[in-house]
Amino acid sequence: MAKYKNHILVCGGTGCRASQGEEIVQNLGKVIEENSLENEVQVVRTGCFGFCEKGPVVKMVPDNTFYVQVTPEDATEIVSEHLVKGRKVERLLYTDPETQERVSESKDMGFYKKQIRIALRNCGFINPENIDEYIARDGYAALGKVLTELTPEEAIKVIIDSGLRGRGGGGFPTGLKWDITRKVEAEQKYVVCNADEGDPGAFMDRSILEGDPHAVLEAMAINGYCTGATKGLIYIRAEYPLAISRLKIAINQAREYGLLGEDIFGTGFSFDVELRYGAGAFVCGEETSLIHSMEGLRGEPTVKPPFPSESGYKGMPTNVNNVETYANIPVIILEGAEWFSSIGTEKSKGTKVFALAGKVNNVGLIEVPMGTTLREVIFDIGGGIKDGKKFKAVQTGGPSGGCLTEKHLDIPIDYDNLLACGSMMGSGGMIVMDEDDCMVSVAKFYLDFTVEESCGKCAPCRIGNKRLYEMLDKLTEGKGTEEDLTLLRNLSNVIKDTSLCGLGQTSPNPVLSTMENFADEYEAHVRDGKCPAGQCKSLMQYVIEAEKCIGCTLCSRVCPVDAITGDKKEPHLISQETCIKCGACYEKCKFGAISIQ
Amino acid sequence: MSKVKSLADLRKMRDELQTKVSLREKSDHPDKLVQVKVSMATCGIASGAKEVMNHMIEEMDRQAIDAIVTQTGCMGYCYAEPTIEVTLPNSAPVVFGHVDNKKANEIIEKYIIRGELVDGIIPVNYETVKENKNE
Repeated sequence: MAKYKNHILVCGGTGCRASQGEEIVQNLGKVIEENSLENEVQVVRTGCFGFCEKGPVVKMVPDNTFYVQVTPEDATEIVSEHLVKGRKVERLLYTDPETQERVSESKDMGFYKKQIRIALRNCGFINPENIDEYIARDGYAALGKVLTELTPEEAIKVIIDSGLRGRGGGGFPTGLKWDITRKVEAEQKYVVCNADEGDPGAFMDRSILEGDPHAVLEAMAINGYCTGATKGLIYIRAEYPLAISRLKIAINQAREYGLLGEDIFGTGFSFDVELRYGAGAFVCGEETSLIHSMEGLRGEPTVKPPFPSESGYKGMPTNVNNVETYANIPVIILEGAEWFSSIGTEKSKGTKVFALAGKVNNVGLIEVPMGTTLREVIFDIGGGIKDGKKFKAVQTGGPSGGCLTEKHLDIPIDYDNLLACGSMMGSGGMIVMDEDDCMVSVAKFYLDFTVEESCGKCAPCRIGNKRLYEMLDKLTEGKGTEEDLTLLRNLSNVIKDTSLCGLGQTSPNPVLSTMENFADEYEAHVRDGKCPAGQCKSLMQYVIEAEKCIGCTLCSRVCPVDAITGDKKEPHLISQETCIKCGACYEKCKFGAISIQ
Repeated sequence: MSKVKSLADLRKMRDELQTKVSLREKSDHPDKLVQVKVSMATCGIASGAKEVMNHMIEEMDRQAIDAIVTQTGCMGYCYAEPTIEVTLPNSAPVVFGHVDNKKANEIIEKYIIRGELVDGIIPVNYETVKENKNE
């Protein structure tokens, strides 16, 4: 085997690939060959590094230099400077926004300092399309240990003792779920991986599948052994082509090595995994809908009980777990329950992956111990709010979660604390908002999503959410009344109480939490007919202050609808009937004469 | 590659494959390992630094010494090329000059393994910008 002196790790996640990551790999290969370094330097496509804000990311090993925002054209310089001459390419290093100093090693970057990577341990480290690299990192050793040394009961006990809870949103204890499935007697049982990631802005499951697909396969096989299932199904949305192709490669490699299939490790245990594609319906993330969709039926939920653990896919006991939950399993088996439960808070153990998005400087994928505060996540890891603006709110848990504010920043994040604040963990989406975001519009955005994604089976969700949306729309148009606010709150509570599945039971959360935390903003929309954030177009108008206007005519020239009139060197006037509120004049005026009211 | 038939098979396979990623694993915690920097500017390469570097990587790998060998730019001791800087865990870096394969073996044998000093050490008496700043 060739002994490489340097490895160049290039992020091969969807985000970085979209920014020409693949071309970087090809160019690096070409330049390395031109310099006859192909036996000394290995270029590796890895999974997501998490630092998507500054992608594409390239990491040089062994000196751990971390290059950001690399372009395919930079390949020549990286090879000739870094590899041949041993000098770092300064301009590609990450610049610390506070100190303005260049940081060359990832471990010195604020973004990585507070992170502990368990579920993402191999993302950005191994080549996901190479089973050998996974095995070199103790891959499939956990499966081997479980099959040869532990009984299903013993293995489940490790998971129960570890305190691992479902990472898909609900937070149900994983070991307990396995135990319920194990105890049900049936001819055939199934193990399902829920990879129907649907929250806007969340991409942790995709990144794990793209960066470390074998971890999920191994965990599913362990789950199969523990629950008595021989068949595994991964329900993945068809919108994730890269994850699908890497999973297919991983499944084939595992079968070739005998790590999936008949008689694994010579123990007589058989297990195989197949893929099932979803069409990207949000409701199919709910386990009963997911199972119906796999059966070829409409993706609609059914009443629980019976729980899938008792009667699921084809009426057989089915254990459904989320991708991130699975990614934790092999490490827990190898390192032990005690190690895992030493991380986190009293009732939430281990780490959680969050997809940090919105108005934050370091958009990306992060993994932190449970109990980390929102402030640490947003300001230390996320690097604070973009453009020096003021933090306003953070939305956790996607369309099922709520908006948290300044006063929640120091609460340790775990399942129970988030629920107590009126939000939820959800799958781990985290959308940060600044002073320019209107909370009524935010609630309306999520309702728009829920209305679109409601399957329509039960009336509270189908009709109720639509009515909620209409009321919010009325508010943003400035036509809302005091009664609407009361109605909004009442209807929200009714939908929560009476909906059939998790989608409807949580869909009013964005409305309720914004009403609770930003009551004054709702009132401003109703009473004063004003949008404090200046986002609701119907509630604002651009006005020219006559004293400041010198009549340069610039505004009237940029106005696309000719709404601005006035003679040269005379104050201008905006006709409110014609104005479409595009803001072009506001941006152009050099004298600050145009204001928003 | 053959099929994995038992846990022992997998363990054997892992040990064989370990070298594939060990470089990346080591680079995550360099302060716990022996770090060797080979001065690889034009003068160093012309004096044979490249061969020395390859030799050191292979030799330490053969002896199963956990080390990171990286290249660096000109250290300024052009009169003594090839030069290498060796940092043992918890100790200050030491620079050796005129290192050829034979000298490299001696350094590995005596300094890296046993911690004894060998001839050819270049006293380092400059400060770097970073150190200055910390004071």
